Amino acid sequence: MLFRKIKEFFIEQLIFFSGIASIVFVLLIFFFLLKEGLGLFKTVGLWDFLSGQFWYPISDPPKFGILPLILGSLVVTLGAIVIAVPLGIAAAFYIAEVASPRVRDVLKSLIEILSAIPSVVLGFIGMMTLVPFIKWIFDLPTGLTALAGSLLLAFMALPTIISISEDSINAVPREYKEGAIALGATHWQTLYRVTIFGALPGIIAASMLGVGRVIGETMAVMMLTGNAAVIPQSLLEPVRTLTATIAAEMGETVKGSEHFYALFVIGIVLFVISFAINVTADVFLHKNRK
Amino acid sequence: MNVQIKQKIGFGVLFAATLLVVVPIVAIIGLIITKGWSAISWEFLFSMPKDGMRAGGVFPAIVGTFYLVSGAILFSLPIGVMAAIYLNEYAKDNALTRLINLAIINLAGVSSVVYGLFGLSLFVVFFKFGVSIISGSLTLGIMTLPVIITTTREALRAVPKSFRQVSFSLGATRWQTVRHSVLPFALPGILTGAILSIGRAAGETAPILFTVAAFYVPDLPKSPFDQTMALPYHLYIISTQIPNIREDYRYGTALVLVGLVLIVNISATIVRARYRRKKW
Repeated sequence: MLFRKIKEFFIEQLIFFSGIASIVFVLLIFFFLLKEGLGLFKTVGLWDFLSGQFWYPISDPPKFGILPLILGSLVVTLGAIVIAVPLGIAAAFYIAEVASPRVRDVLKSLIEILSAIPSVVLGFIGMMTLVPFIKWIFDLPTGLTALAGSLLLAFMALPTIISISEDSINAVPREYKEGAIALGATHWQTLYRVTIFGALPGIIAASMLGVGRVIGETMAVMMLTGNAAVIPQSLLEPVRTLTATIAAEMGETVKGSEHFYALFVIGIVLFVISFAINVTADVFLHKNRK
Repeated sequence: MNVQIKQKIGFGVLFAATLLVVVPIVAIIGLIITKGWSAISWEFLFSMPKDGMRAGGVFPAIVGTFYLVSGAILFSLPIGVMAAIYLNEYAKDNALTRLINLAIINLAGVSSVVYGLFGLSLFVVFFKFGVSIISGSLTLGIMTLPVIITTTREALRAVPKSFRQVSFSLGATRWQTVRHSVLPFALPGILTGAILSIGRAAGETAPILFTVAAFYVPDLPKSPFDQTMALPYHLYIISTQIPNIREDYRYGTALVLVGLVLIVNISATIVRARYRRKKW
């Protein structure tokens, strides 16, 4: 009896500590990013870092301005979202409201397959197909452009947008739809005058999580956008994103150098962005449930 | 305009959008299979690379990915399952629980390359594990934690309340109840989550870039403190860093990786389908 009590006590302690492990890991991530990143600010001011127009980490003297990188991420993300959000919402409505159960199952498993394909594979396929296509159709010196990144990232954000939107469409109370139908509305009228408003908070959350997925995506975007760290002027030029900068340059840095610190500060910027996006999206998701 | 025609047009637009989403998926899978199939052979799967990775096989990358994923799951499965047990069976609806939920959401949303930075800073540098399998596995493990926690939690939630009530009414403690009246019934769901996170970990590149991945190692890894090659990183290397490589060699590597991930995912789907059919 006593032995059992002791055993259970230990097991339950273990369960409790595993329960709070997620908090510990989030704090650890933040702390260790800060630990490596803060060294930068001995020599570079925060404002100069965020608003500097030149990212020349290995010239002498080096320049650490991440404005071109922020704008690079922004351009690629905007491009992707403009494509993925309408497409994803439309597909979610088709799957949730129009498709027969059989077709729905097929569509859902295809979308699950898309979400399972590793980003490096999609990056590779993009390099082999999308990049030469863009080069050819716009007659450019290179197809490695912001547009290529946007198109592929739009595709990668679709599973997130579709599955969460579809859940929130399904969560719209039946009575709303039945009420509309009873008043003589067609299925289509019900869909775009009633259901869409019931599902709106979930759709907003889905779009935000799609944005989060796009901003954080690394491999595919590094393989497709051409990686030129200059302030982007159009979608048809090479750009470089925050994520790609870290992935491409960390291997060449010396531990403890300014460049090494600077890449960790970019990590902090990304961490803060994803934190803000996820918390806001969560607020919208909870609204939907009520 | 006639409302019926409007409806036809509306649904037509939705259908067209859906086609735009799914046709490329089918095309991509088809492209990888048709172009990669010719590269797949016994030698390709089970021998070392040759001629600066332009010939030979991808065996060390397959082995490396296997080690990395095993390490990740060994670390994250126990923690993830216990975390889910805490949240579903023990936790009250209070500030701490809300904080844990917030943390899980954020772990799921952190960029994969930020995990790479974190793994570099904590495991490689601070714990002095070096660039090694153990650093990479732990990084991937933490990254897969949210998937395991959420799926396990759903599996626990699906076990009817009455199971617990009966157990309590017979005088069982909370842990006995969880151990004997809840966990066995949630097992298929937990398994699904574990399998899904294996698939996710196997395909990730950014978290292993600075923590474990090696361009080329002549030998298979012998200890957890060795570097290793890995499939996703290998694909990245041969498609961006090595010129004049045969196209089918690249597609073949992509096919091995995608095949692996899809087999894992399909088995998860099968486990889940069986489990759904079961009624209490």
